[in-house]
Amino acid sequence: MSRTRVMAIVRKEFRDYRRNRYMLVTMAVIPVIFLLQPLIYILSLPPETAVPLSHKHELLYMLAIPALVPSIIAAASVVTERQQGTLEPVLTTPIRREEFLLAKALAPLLPAVTVSYAVYGLFVVIIELFAHTGVASALLQAPVILAQVIFTPLLALWSIWVGIAISTRTSDIRAAQQLSVLGNLPLVALSTLIAFNVIQPTLGLALAFGAALIVFDRLGWRVVSAMFDRERLVTDTR
Amino acid sequence: MPDSEQGGAALSVYGLGKRFGDRVAFEGVSFEIAYGEVFGFLGPNGAGKTTTVRTLGTLIAPSSGSATVAGIPLTPEHGVEIRRRIAIMPESPGLYLRLTVAENLECFADLYEVPKASERIERALRAVNLLDRSNDPCGALSKGLRQRVALARALLSEPEILFLDEPTSGLDPVATREVHELIAALGRGGVTIFLTTHRLEEAERLCHRVAILNTTLRTIGRPDELRDQLFAKTLTVRTLGQLADPSGIFADLPGLDSWREDGPGVYELAVSDPRISAPAVTRALVAAGADVLSIGESRHSLEDVYLELIDASKASNEVPV
Repeated sequence: MSRTRVMAIVRKEFRDYRRNRYMLVTMAVIPVIFLLQPLIYILSLPPETAVPLSHKHELLYMLAIPALVPSIIAAASVVTERQQGTLEPVLTTPIRREEFLLAKALAPLLPAVTVSYAVYGLFVVIIELFAHTGVASALLQAPVILAQVIFTPLLALWSIWVGIAISTRTSDIRAAQQLSVLGNLPLVALSTLIAFNVIQPTLGLALAFGAALIVFDRLGWRVVSAMFDRERLVTDTR
Repeated sequence: MPDSEQGGAALSVYGLGKRFGDRVAFEGVSFEIAYGEVFGFLGPNGAGKTTTVRTLGTLIAPSSGSATVAGIPLTPEHGVEIRRRIAIMPESPGLYLRLTVAENLECFADLYEVPKASERIERALRAVNLLDRSNDPCGALSKGLRQRVALARALLSEPEILFLDEPTSGLDPVATREVHELIAALGRGGVTIFLTTHRLEEAERLCHRVAILNTTLRTIGRPDELRDQLFAKTLTVRTLGQLADPSGIFADLPGLDSWREDGPGVYELAVSDPRISAPAVTRALVAAGADVLSIGESRHSLEDVYLELIDASKASNEVPV
């Protein structure tokens, strides 16, 4: 595993993101949607709703951000290079497929996690400043914030592997992104069900979910590496 | 010690073939290329040239045969080692258009893990005369300039073998000439070049040897050797008027195999060696009192060789009705 080769692709991806308006919009719009809707709702809540709120974990609803944003970017990662003819020159260099895929995963992971944390931070600040005191303390529970911090990178990485896997098997960017969103909907559904207490969050459930995500994230790299077929990607024949 | 220092072959290919299901891309291809050689790989569209390059570049696995690339056996486990020693410039430049020229090259310098990357990038850009455009986004460059950036990218790792796949495809004549000059300079500098093209004048101008592929290898050799193999050497004699007794003049001339009249006052003489026959023909014509306008050796181009072989392969594939 060559760190230099991995970082070469990561740096290239960052430079490309910075100059790609579409990528910037994708990274910004979804988090804003996930921020505005609950903010409007929560800021209009009267103080008497604090007690029922304290039994919910609505902040977890925002775990949908790391489950969706990086997967849309990751879904475009390989198929875009194929369409633009940039994949073949890269694959003719000494880079191994595991290095290439790790770089393709790290590149969207870092901005996605940063954006997610920034949105949570903004959410917490706005709630603290503008929501009724009781509502704010009912929402901002330490375990929920901790879960948010821990699960964000794990969910983001899993959704990235789903996105890249789809990207290696499709030849159309829009199809890849739509399939990737569909592929990650179960994660969004799960976090929403927990947020609204349909599934009761417990420490055991959190530990099991975290452990499963760590395993899946490691497996994801292996599975996607096995799916990454240079010959098919270059010749479009298999 | 690497093979290049031992003087071994840069590329040895034995019965190599690739099939995609039932479709044969190429098969039974065998040849060797020496270090420092500029080797032309000619063939019509769909002949299997690009697939051969991709196979030798470890992008796709061969279905049959074997090869050594820069002294390393062509097997999946040697893929990284082979790709370290070669560079491939695909037909499409494949540049990151939002990145600048320098940023594109930085990325590839790191992918090859070249030491002193900034010096190498500068040297590669100087080689293709693009040093002053290093901060331009690749998307703002013309097709010819993009092709030059792709060539600079291929030079970054100072490869033992440089594969150029249709490097002038789609370029205008000026850009084509510039790329030709760059390839010629690389060839003079001792870089081993494997050039695929269907532009025959390109191969004739740049290559020491050429191979003609049309799914199978039709022939291989120096362009002049191929001409000699396929076509008899001929002298074309032009006189002011028709000769009164051409049979008497051309009879018994040294090295003359046959002759024919090709219009009034034009005679085609098949000879074994024009350097021996031409002075004798001149003397015989002068002795006969002929008004000689010109005597010249007719040269068949590589295009004639190519068309002859491709036509022959088409004819052999035709099924009689």
